[in-house]
Amino acid sequence: MNGISALYLVLLAAVAGYVLIARVPSILHTPMMSGSNFIHGIVLAGAMLALGGAQGILEQVIGFVAVMAASANVVGGFIVTDRMLSLFDKSDDRGNNHGLSAKSLEIDSAVGEDRRLPKALNTSKRA
Amino acid sequence: MIETVPLGVQLAWFLATLSFVIGLRRLSSPTRARTGIWVAGFGMVLAVASMFFHPDLRNNLPLIIVAMSLGGGFALLHAKQIDMTRIPQMIALYNALGGVSAAGIAMLVLLHVSEYGPAAKSLAVLGGLIGCIAFAGSLFAFLRLRGHFSRRDAFAKRQVAYLANGSLVLLLGLILATSATAHPVLLLLFIALAISFGLLMTMPTSAADMPVLISLYNALTGLAVALDGFVLVNPAMMVAGTIVFAAGSLLTRLMARAVNRRLSEIMYSGFGLAEDGLVDNGDREHVNTIDARDAAVDMAYAGRVVIVPGYGMATAQAQHKLRELTQLLDERGVDTGFAIHPVAGRMPGHMNVLLAEAGVPYEKIHDLSDINAEFAQVDVVLVVGANDIVNPAARDNAESPLFGMPVLDVDRSKRVIVLKRGDGTGYAGVENELLFAPVTRVLFGDARDSVQELIMAIKGLD
Repeated sequence: MNGISALYLVLLAAVAGYVLIARVPSILHTPMMSGSNFIHGIVLAGAMLALGGAQGILEQVIGFVAVMAASANVVGGFIVTDRMLSLFDKSDDRGNNHGLSAKSLEIDSAVGEDRRLPKALNTSKRA
Repeated sequence: MIETVPLGVQLAWFLATLSFVIGLRRLSSPTRARTGIWVAGFGMVLAVASMFFHPDLRNNLPLIIVAMSLGGGFALLHAKQIDMTRIPQMIALYNALGGVSAAGIAMLVLLHVSEYGPAAKSLAVLGGLIGCIAFAGSLFAFLRLRGHFSRRDAFAKRQVAYLANGSLVLLLGLILATSATAHPVLLLLFIALAISFGLLMTMPTSAADMPVLISLYNALTGLAVALDGFVLVNPAMMVAGTIVFAAGSLLTRLMARAVNRRLSEIMYSGFGLAEDGLVDNGDREHVNTIDARDAAVDMAYAGRVVIVPGYGMATAQAQHKLRELTQLLDERGVDTGFAIHPVAGRMPGHMNVLLAEAGVPYEKIHDLSDINAEFAQVDVVLVVGANDIVNPAARDNAESPLFGMPVLDVDRSKRVIVLKRGDGTGYAGVENELLFAPVTRVLFGDARDSVQELIMAIKGLD
């Protein structure tokens, strides 16, 4: 891959990043941050490669720390995000309408009782 | 370089990248968010597993596996048991680890400097610098949110140190990027200075503003990962890193806007250092207190009660008790609800998550813009561990460091009951003028104990 086509790749990826997040309701800002925190855990792929080519004790130590930190980033980022999101559909276990059930959200917005979703869209438009 | 990577591995990278995009897309919709993280997780497993078939992964295979098990195992134990009120800290911690890894990759590249061209070397220097800043900044944010370094460290000549450190790092970076041979000592010096630069950058920020900064460092880690991806010619890292950078930058701006502040103000202002406009401490005598019985009567015979939670609710774990309280009031025919400021707690959505966890019905939770005009019709506002977000000084006092931040206008209601543990200031270090408003009564004590007393008192009314 040459430098110029890499620049095109960056351009398109940056646009994708903006588009992906432009309409996020503020209630999802924290899960979103946590989710993207997980996704940059892909650094693990690079760290494995770096340690895989490391020679000598200094390089091995640096590579080892890099792989260890990246693995923690991946696993921790995933669990924190998933635990956070699991609270959003907790009410399904209880069979009542408490909490931020994904299903109840769908139903609410369908019958127009829920004011949060349109509201959230307004917020992001303003921003 | 990439031509030597087997097609299967490249395909796995492509699928991983695709699943990241789909996963993030799903994360931005409340109804599909949970599936999003699993889609992205699938991509991650694919990308990591494919690395074992990469031809450049020649040495140290046992080391790689040990490091992965140690790091992953630690995070598995740690993230599973950690309390949900500590979410902001956790994101900061795992982001710091991502930054370490990105910086480590850059260091290894710069130790093998002869294998890389000038463009790759410059990108590695940049990746190392940004990775270190993200690491140091996130780690400091993590520690400050845990309550360490709570004193604002604004030493004199900070700007001078900042500039000196910054130019030294750039100079060293320039040397490393242009040199044809590896300089391990210079490299370590470069890393150390980059870390201290990140610390200097973060130190003046108050805990109240940390979430915005954590979001910024999250974006920066993404950028560092993308830069490393260019050096290692790994398109999955390039694209995923760039997406996180772009999305994170936008998210940072959205969050800064929610508190009506520019990022530069957050990073460079000495919030809480301005002594003007603060209420004199002598005024503390004018705080009117109330006991739980009187507060319970106020609430039980009110037409409408609105609860405003803040970080104090999270630390006291009062959300379950608050749900109980609202149920009790509902049974008495009182109209109850929660008013959530965009940055209540320390992150957008933090309070929503905790209240959802406690089982508070969704329709009882109102946004700032929904409810702010209605406070004049509210009989009792119960402020639970919130400070800066209800401070009328942000609206009325142009001298206040908070001025311009949107706040909940609770002082316009008929009665405000503030649950307060001690007589400290908010995280911004600013005195809360709400406490001295004529409608305000303060109920001192731990938030959860106070709410429990309120519940008992209301039950005792019949």
